[in-house]
Amino acid sequence: MAPRQGPNDDRTIAPGQFAGQPQAPGVPQQRPAPPGQAQPAGHGWSADKTMVPGIGMPDEQLQAPAGARVAAPPAAQVPAAQVQVQAPAGAGDLTPELIETPVWTETMLQQAGIPIVDVPFVTVGGGIGSFVTTDYLRIAGVPPEQIRVLSNLDFPYQTYEYLTRVSQIPDHARIRSDSSSRPDNIWGFPSYALTETWRQKTPAHLIHLLLEPVWADYWTPLRSTVFGSIDKESKRIGYDKMRVKGVVRMVRKRYGGGYFTILTPPEGSSPTKRVAYRSRFVHLAVGYPGLRYLPDLQDFRERYQDYQHVVNAYEPHEHVYETLKTRPGTVVLRGGGIVASRVLQRLFDDREHYKLQTNIIHIFRTYIEGSHGPGPWMRRKGDHGWAYQGFNYPKSVWGGQLKAQMRKLDGDDRAKLYKLMGGTNTPKRRRWQDQMRAGRAGGYYRDMQGIVEKVEPAPDGNGVVSYVTGKAGNELIRSDYIIDCTGLEADISQHRVLADLLQHTGAYRNPLGRLEVERHFELKNTANGDGVLYASGATTLGGYFPGVDTFLGLQIAAQEIADDLARRGWCKKIGPGRSTSQWFKWAFNKPI
Amino acid sequence: MVPTLTGRIQTRIVLLATVGSVLTLLVTPLLPIHAPLGTAYKTTFIILATVIVLGIVWEFIYHFLMQWRWEKDWPTNFGLITLVPEGLVVWLLLNAKLVPGIHGKVPLAAFLIDFLVVWIGVWLVANGPMRVPFLRWRFHGGRLA
Repeated sequence: MAPRQGPNDDRTIAPGQFAGQPQAPGVPQQRPAPPGQAQPAGHGWSADKTMVPGIGMPDEQLQAPAGARVAAPPAAQVPAAQVQVQAPAGAGDLTPELIETPVWTETMLQQAGIPIVDVPFVTVGGGIGSFVTTDYLRIAGVPPEQIRVLSNLDFPYQTYEYLTRVSQIPDHARIRSDSSSRPDNIWGFPSYALTETWRQKTPAHLIHLLLEPVWADYWTPLRSTVFGSIDKESKRIGYDKMRVKGVVRMVRKRYGGGYFTILTPPEGSSPTKRVAYRSRFVHLAVGYPGLRYLPDLQDFRERYQDYQHVVNAYEPHEHVYETLKTRPGTVVLRGGGIVASRVLQRLFDDREHYKLQTNIIHIFRTYIEGSHGPGPWMRRKGDHGWAYQGFNYPKSVWGGQLKAQMRKLDGDDRAKLYKLMGGTNTPKRRRWQDQMRAGRAGGYYRDMQGIVEKVEPAPDGNGVVSYVTGKAGNELIRSDYIIDCTGLEADISQHRVLADLLQHTGAYRNPLGRLEVERHFELKNTANGDGVLYASGATTLGGYFPGVDTFLGLQIAAQEIADDLARRGWCKKIGPGRSTSQWFKWAFNKPI
Repeated sequence: MVPTLTGRIQTRIVLLATVGSVLTLLVTPLLPIHAPLGTAYKTTFIILATVIVLGIVWEFIYHFLMQWRWEKDWPTNFGLITLVPEGLVVWLLLNAKLVPGIHGKVPLAAFLIDFLVVWIGVWLVANGPMRVPFLRWRFHGGRLA
């Protein structure tokens, strides 16, 4: 991992490039950012009395909507010399005092020259987690003026699109998600299968749905169906109007209640380096903190500066497949999850389509030999190294008895149930099983248990050698490439916003090491006056609800958050009447 | 569906009592029952009530069977297939004259049409439209209260 950046060296992070990581080769740069947006007057959370409304930078400088109120310190109150000393790069940067102080006042920001924008609800991240939460709130009747999405992304699925694409889910392929897990539709009805049935005028999808999972694989939606539907819903709820481009640096408590969220707008789009969003509510949905590289592979890459022969499946690695089209080769695959299955399928497909002679050696650190679990009521299928499961978690975590069970557990008991139902797994799809069977029979696919001690360049300079110890003894495996499919598991402290949160707001870790949240996704120990800090998504894995890092999990979190906000009197609770009327608006694509 | 036991029972009672009643009201006049409409309605609504009451017992059995599934789910087709054992038991009870309030013989065709229309209608509603008014239902294991 690259060292964490200092407070003054923010950069816009490209999709797929996580906090604190070098940009992966081939990742497109961000498009030029739209102008920043600010809070129209009259809808903001109670403005602080120390502010002087109407005084500050001209609205047009931030290109804010008409009526927007951007509060900046009056020049007379800020000694010019002090600004110069504390923010030599220009007015409006973080100062050592701000960085070191957990609770901020308006005066501190004024002295630093950082303008303040008022908005009651801020969501940080701008990915699918922010999108579904915003969607819920909009459907609950919250006007767009009361929500701001602070994000370095241009559209909600930008990171997801990148990660799925490089991990071998092309546009025409289907993602691993249930038919009724729709980020664009809070009701999950009609399901994606119904939508595709309607669009393609074929009953095949419904028949498939009727046969799953016993007589057919789980039906899953096309990647393009998912993205297209999110685009449509984005337009319907006016998502782009709420989105403010930039990189969030930190969230700090405000003296008197609520929070300040510091945004670094794209260079040239704002007169100051930072803008502070003052809000009663903050929602964090920043996604995975980063890629986790296996230690031996990271060591190899750093020592030999070789980023070609050892790749992570979440990095662009098309060169591996292209080279294998030109000559026979051996690939070592590491990992037993869905990404390993996808990469394996790509290798098998290419082998079949281009008549290649690729050999694959698949190393499982934890090799599953058969059905496993503590008893007949808790046994998961598995074989040849894999643990099989339709989706990321057993289905009932999204609403059934496992969800109800986990909701009651704390500490070690919760960690134990996570361990029981967790572990890397992949769906048992018929096509993948056929391909692996053919590979084993043909001698070009071998699965094995093993722990790789180290990786070195091959003595002849061609490829790499893995030193493997396993149940069958020690073995040296030479290959042309190693593809690490072990996933997105970096520690949350690798993400700068989360690290800051742990250090300064009172947030702490759950039994799995991520952020501990309440059942309604409020970050524990971070309440401030009447302000609430929420978090959803991968950073909260290990909480009372297990399936957080999934489409449906994000929707469940959004529902809990919206209901909590309604309990606090900030928005309406969506009852059966409103739910039905809003569904009709969704069905007829009526803007709200 | 990913039901809890309480959710199963609540959903069954509510859906049969509402959607089931509406469908029973609509389908009864069309059934081949050679009796006054009032008698026909009495018969079909008693059958509906029987399905509700017996269904509570069935839900305990389904919940028990579900424990052998790793996912702890109840696939869509299970909800359809279970019409066979449930329908059979109700039919056997009718034939044995063990259903209180129904003394005459119910024609098989009438029973099949009535039972299938109500079952499939409820099953279709449970697998989609139910989520429209009841937004939290699917995330609460089928519980409505």
